[in-house]
Amino acid sequence: MAKYLLLKHYRGAPAAVNDVPMDQWTPEEISAHMKYMHDFAARLEGTGEFVDGQALAPEGTFVRYDGEGRPPVTDGPFAETKDLIAGWMVIDVDSYERAVELAGELSAAPGAGGKPIHEWLEVRPFLTEPPTITE
Amino acid sequence: MTAQLTEALLRSLTPSVLGILVRRGADFAAAEDAVQDALVEAIRVWPADPPRDPKGWLVSVAWRRFLDATRADAARRRREDLVDEEPAPGPVPAVDDTLQLYFLCAHPSLTPSSAVALTLRAVGGLTTRQIAQAYLVPEATMAQRISRAKRTVSGVRFDQPGDLATVLRVLYLVFNEGYSGDIDLAAEAIRLTRQLAASIDHPEVAGLLALMLLHHARRATRTAPDGSLVPLAEQDRGRWDTESIAEGVELLQAALARDRLGEFQAQAAIAALHADAPTAEETDWVQIVEWYDELARLTDSPVVRLNRAVAVGEADGPRAGLAALAALDDSLPRHTAVAAYLHERDGDLARAARLYAEAAQKAPNLAERDHLTRQAARLNTRRRR
Repeated sequence: MAKYLLLKHYRGAPAAVNDVPMDQWTPEEISAHMKYMHDFAARLEGTGEFVDGQALAPEGTFVRYDGEGRPPVTDGPFAETKDLIAGWMVIDVDSYERAVELAGELSAAPGAGGKPIHEWLEVRPFLTEPPTITE
Repeated sequence: MTAQLTEALLRSLTPSVLGILVRRGADFAAAEDAVQDALVEAIRVWPADPPRDPKGWLVSVAWRRFLDATRADAARRRREDLVDEEPAPGPVPAVDDTLQLYFLCAHPSLTPSSAVALTLRAVGGLTTRQIAQAYLVPEATMAQRISRAKRTVSGVRFDQPGDLATVLRVLYLVFNEGYSGDIDLAAEAIRLTRQLAASIDHPEVAGLLALMLLHHARRATRTAPDGSLVPLAEQDRGRWDTESIAEGVELLQAALARDRLGEFQAQAAIAALHADAPTAEETDWVQIVEWYDELARLTDSPVVRLNRAVAVGEADGPRAGLAALAALDDSLPRHTAVAAYLHERDGDLARAARLYAEAAQKAPNLAERDHLTRQAARLNTRRRR
């Protein structure tokens, strides 16, 4: 029973094997990809392992406090930001091995030519509550 | 009857009501659903209109729900035969239904998380929503986890002898891991272990119950008001729950007297030695090291050896602790934190501060990370003065 974040990047991850930008796919290939992602989430809900899944827009803004009574300062968007997160899925599984197995399956989502993208996904464990028994 | 009393009573009756339905011939999954329906109905009706025979009420409502569901399910027509042979509530069956339920819900074919969820629902009488909240997953996910677990055990015969070791592991998990939301999982684990102890006389069941009670006794002192961790040595021992400690110690002594040592009794013995020390300085570390030796023999767990190194450091000095630590794989969780502590005690503050900071990076939870970061900061501040 541990939660993991499966993180998908627009940019910043090592290059995928089937590395064709999505706008170069056929509409059918895009539909097939979306269906795969949707089915994957539905299957995880069925196995009792799904927690959350969200997609992020590429553009973002940095915001910081600028002192009492002043509006926050904003900066960006930064076109050249190296690491750009595209979205995530949160899973609740029995082991790290299971988290890696599921990330592997998610990375097999079909892309150009209907072939698996083999994209790199980042698997990050959540920090949990402390256990009761420690000594 | 107040709502709280109702819920407590209902949850204590859940396993025996479910057991009765299964013995009457209902399959486990359908019976479990029917009992949940009956519980929901009871929560609605009882506060205003308490029944004279709560258990009889639950059995008849759950049985009616089961029959309705069975009738509605055309594909399961065969079960309609049961309507004609509905037995009158008979004498208590020879085999303890409650015990059988524990075995079924912790069946070795289930993953730990499924076994935990099924135990909390079918034995504990918690709702799916409550369990989902306790483990911070969506209710739909938890519902699927539970129904898959029920399907997994659907072929298991109810009267088969089960595996007590997996039952104890499941209860230990409920006690040790989870989030403190509306449902107090630690208290629930204690209740379920107490109920198990009433069904089966086994020294390891008593050992686990003792272990839980001894740790639960310190709960109020384990965290500061701001949520930060308070290490054992700094806890306010005057606020430990003496009643809980006394019960734990008594259970443990009776279990140990039977001379069938197991890992939970050994762990409880260590907890009892801590509970017994009026101050941290008066802790009997020599005996604690001996218990860790027993535990290492019983479990062969590297985590036990790591904890043993801490105890050796207290009993024979930090150098001895570091020597014990040197024999262990440094990739073990909390290895760096233990090294930091022992180096601090040995007077090497620079190294200890560096190790605390490194350990914080590897901490598996936020409270520990914050605690270790604070330790590093404390030593670095002292060194700058």
